[in-house]
Amino acid sequence: MKDFFFQEIWSWRAGGLALGAAFLLAVLLVKPIGVSTQFVIADGIVWNLFSDTIVTPDASAKHGYRSPNPYLNKSGGKYAKHIAEPLSYGLVFVLAMIAGGFAARRLQNPTAVEAPPAAAPDKLAAFDPPSPQRCLAAFAGGLLVLFGARLAGGCTSGHMMSGMMQTSLSGYLFALGAFAAAVPTALLLYGREG
Amino acid sequence: MKIVLALILGFGFGFILQKVGAATPRKIVDMLRLKDLHLMKAILLGIGSSSLVLFLLLALGLIDPGHLSVKSSYVGVIVGGLILGLGWAIAGFCPGTGLVGLGAGRRDALFFVAGGLLGAWLYILRHGQLQTTFLFQELGGKATLATTGNPKFTALLPGLPPLLIAGGIAVVFIIIAWKLPDKT
Repeated sequence: MKDFFFQEIWSWRAGGLALGAAFLLAVLLVKPIGVSTQFVIADGIVWNLFSDTIVTPDASAKHGYRSPNPYLNKSGGKYAKHIAEPLSYGLVFVLAMIAGGFAARRLQNPTAVEAPPAAAPDKLAAFDPPSPQRCLAAFAGGLLVLFGARLAGGCTSGHMMSGMMQTSLSGYLFALGAFAAAVPTALLLYGREG
Repeated sequence: MKIVLALILGFGFGFILQKVGAATPRKIVDMLRLKDLHLMKAILLGIGSSSLVLFLLLALGLIDPGHLSVKSSYVGVIVGGLILGLGWAIAGFCPGTGLVGLGAGRRDALFFVAGGLLGAWLYILRHGQLQTTFLFQELGGKATLATTGNPKFTALLPGLPPLLIAGGIAVVFIIIAWKLPDKT
C-alpha cells in the first residue's frame, strides 16, 4: 500500500479503476465532475472586483443575481451567483484538485518524473523542464482549450468522462471532435518517432 | 457538508490525475501521437468501469437519478471539441490536468492556466453573438443512449434495458483498454 502511494506512476489498470471510482463517487455523493466552468467563475470573480455592474443582486432572477453579460446571466444567473458567492462546490472542488496534484507530486520520486526516459534528448525534450517556447505554447494551447470547452459546454472531465459514463450523446460527440483534432495536430507537431 | 465533499472529492481527483500521468504533458502528447497508449487504456477503463457500476446501481435503485447531469448536444459541442483538441495537442493539458500540473509545480501549467483564463474570458465576451448562430443549433438536446430514469433527459434507445446498453458499451470500452498495446 505504501508503494502504491509513492509510485511514480500507476499502472493503467490501477489508474483506470481509480479514475472510474472518482467519477462514480462524485455522482453518487453530489453530481458529475466538471472543471472548465470554474475558469469562467474565476474570471468573473476578478472582473467583479473591478466592476460594480457586472454582477448585481436581483430577487426576480432564479439564482438571485443577474449580469448585463449574456453568458454570466445564463440559466437564471447561475454563474453570476457563483461569482458573487464564490464559496461554491464547483470552485472549492477545483481548488482542492490543485492541492491533490501538489500532494501526489510530493509523494513521487522527483528524479523518476523529471528525467526524460531516454538518455538521448527526444522531440519532447523541451517539456521537462519546460523551455520558454514550451511555456508560450502552453499559454496558446490553454487559450484554445478553454475557449473550445466553453463553446462545447464542458471539457475532458465534464463531457468526455462524466458524459460517456452516463451514455450521453454530447459526450460521444465531444470526444469525437476532440480526438479528431488532437491526434492529427500532435502527429503534425511531433511526428510518431523520437 | 457539500463544501467538505468538494474538498475530499477534488483532492482525490487531483491526486489520481497526477498519479495516472494525465497531468504530465509528455504522457498526453505521447498518447495523442499514438506512441504510448497507457493513458488511453486508463481513460477507457475509467469510463467503462464507472459506467458499468453506475447503471448497475441505477437498475438496483441505489442511486438517485436526480444526481445525473447530462449536457446538451448542439453543433458547438463538436466545434468546441475540435478547438479544444487543437489546444490539447499544443499544450498537452486539458482544463483539469492543467490545474493539477499547476499544483504539481509545473511552470508550463501556470502558463496554460493563464491562457485558459484568457480563453474563457474571450468566450464570455463572445457568447452573446455566438448564441444566435448555427453553433447553437440543436443536435438532440439533453439525450442519452440508455434510459437513466431522470425525466429531464431523453433516451435515444428507450426500448432496450438500460443496463444492457450501458453495460454493453462499458464492456466494449474495457475490452479495447485490455487489447490496446501499451507502447507502440
